[in-house]
Amino acid sequence: MNRSLQIVNAQHWERLSATERMGRAVFYIITVVAFIWALKKIEVIPEFLYDAPEQTADLFKRMWPFDWNFYPENIHPALIETFHIATLGTLISLLIAVPLAFLAARNFTSSKTLNWTAQFIFVSTRSVNSLIWALLFVAIFGPGALAGVLSIAFRSIGFVGKLFGEAIEEANRGPIEALTSCGAPRSILLVKGYWPQVSPAFWSVALLRWDINIRESAVLGLVGAGGIGVALESAMNNLYWDQVGLILAIIFMVVIVTEIVTSSIRSRII
Amino acid sequence: MNFSWDRFVSGLPQAYKLFGRMFPPNIAPDKLDLISTGMLETIQIAIIATTVGVFLSLPLAVMAARNLSPSWLAASARVFIAVCRSFHPVIVSILFVKAVGFGALAGVLALIVSSLGFIGKLFAEVLEELNEKQVEAVRSTGAGFFSVLIMAVMPQVFARFIGLSAYQFDSNLRNSTMVGIVGGGGIGAALFTAYQRFDYDVVLTILILIIALIMFAELLSNILKRIFR
Repeated sequence: MNRSLQIVNAQHWERLSATERMGRAVFYIITVVAFIWALKKIEVIPEFLYDAPEQTADLFKRMWPFDWNFYPENIHPALIETFHIATLGTLISLLIAVPLAFLAARNFTSSKTLNWTAQFIFVSTRSVNSLIWALLFVAIFGPGALAGVLSIAFRSIGFVGKLFGEAIEEANRGPIEALTSCGAPRSILLVKGYWPQVSPAFWSVALLRWDINIRESAVLGLVGAGGIGVALESAMNNLYWDQVGLILAIIFMVVIVTEIVTSSIRSRII
Repeated sequence: MNFSWDRFVSGLPQAYKLFGRMFPPNIAPDKLDLISTGMLETIQIAIIATTVGVFLSLPLAVMAARNLSPSWLAASARVFIAVCRSFHPVIVSILFVKAVGFGALAGVLALIVSSLGFIGKLFAEVLEELNEKQVEAVRSTGAGFFSVLIMAVMPQVFARFIGLSAYQFDSNLRNSTMVGIVGGGGIGAALFTAYQRFDYDVVLTILILIIALIMFAELLSNILKRIFR
């Protein structure tokens, strides 16, 4: 906060300079205008809204009680597949993203073209959602877990690459200069100079992404890319809401468990 | 998991065919018209969901911060946040499509829920790392709860809050391209239709536009972070 503290005149203190205040005011105005514009233009069908409470009540009534008979043969294998998709997808994305992150880090790679190429790959893989990647891969490899794994992997490249690349850029120059001055080759620089500094960031990003990927791979099945989403999709298409309810409850439990597991691993290794 | 190298290899000519049909991207005026309507709706969904979500998550985060509110309130707010966070926006929008029907409203509501989960959690964490001295200083002047919030808490955390909101806008934009696949409105609907009709050249146009939109949003959020440093 001190950075923006300044004296306008001897008696009068202001936290923000005039340009800063201008910038903020412009931002507030733009937000309000954009919000009003969006509210006015967005198409909402009021007829659907009248029976929304009824529909919601109906939805929950149909979901309860859960259809537990459905679990052993349909949900359990799909759940295991979801785990596999998330884990394998995360591993593949790490394999691709880590070299790219080193290319993107300006302190490791001095070529501007390489930096920008890597950055571009990150942004484009990140902006296309995993569900949309899944659509593409289902079109290529057919429905199934392979499409799911690849879509998880591709979606994660940008995320892992961006965060890990930033961690590399924040690495302390001292040890690296020391190694360079001894005439260490780049491979040693990587293993002894950068890796010890960035490995906590690496593990935390990898864990975070795995956690997110479990969540994401649960919905990939909606477009046919394997996992528990396939069971969800078929239950919904058949209007078996008691099965839908069970699947949702199981997804919820799995997500909570992964969150507990990742946070305990994180506190242990980092 | 029942996939083999053969399966992968047999996909490659398929990929070649797919990319062959994607290029060049389709920019016929009628398609562009459809796409721009979808894109605008996506932007609208993201704006409304972010604004509403951010405003609702402010009090929620204050409730969830253990240093600012009583423990029973903090615990229940935390459970609420965990529930919001644990479902993927697509699943939430499936439920909302059932509840409020097809269209943008379902998408907006689903993204509000995910914004609550994300900002609620992270902003509560920011609040818990608060510097207590300033809070005590203001409290010692006899200030009430809201004065403490405005004079002691907000100045410390506002920049982080704006940063989180900018990030959330970004991810809402990204997710709002997706909720359309399950009927939540926006460009996702157009994308899914084009995909099911095998109009892969239209799919490519939409993908390029989505990437451009996200890049633009990232630029905006960088500017925003500079303003609120």
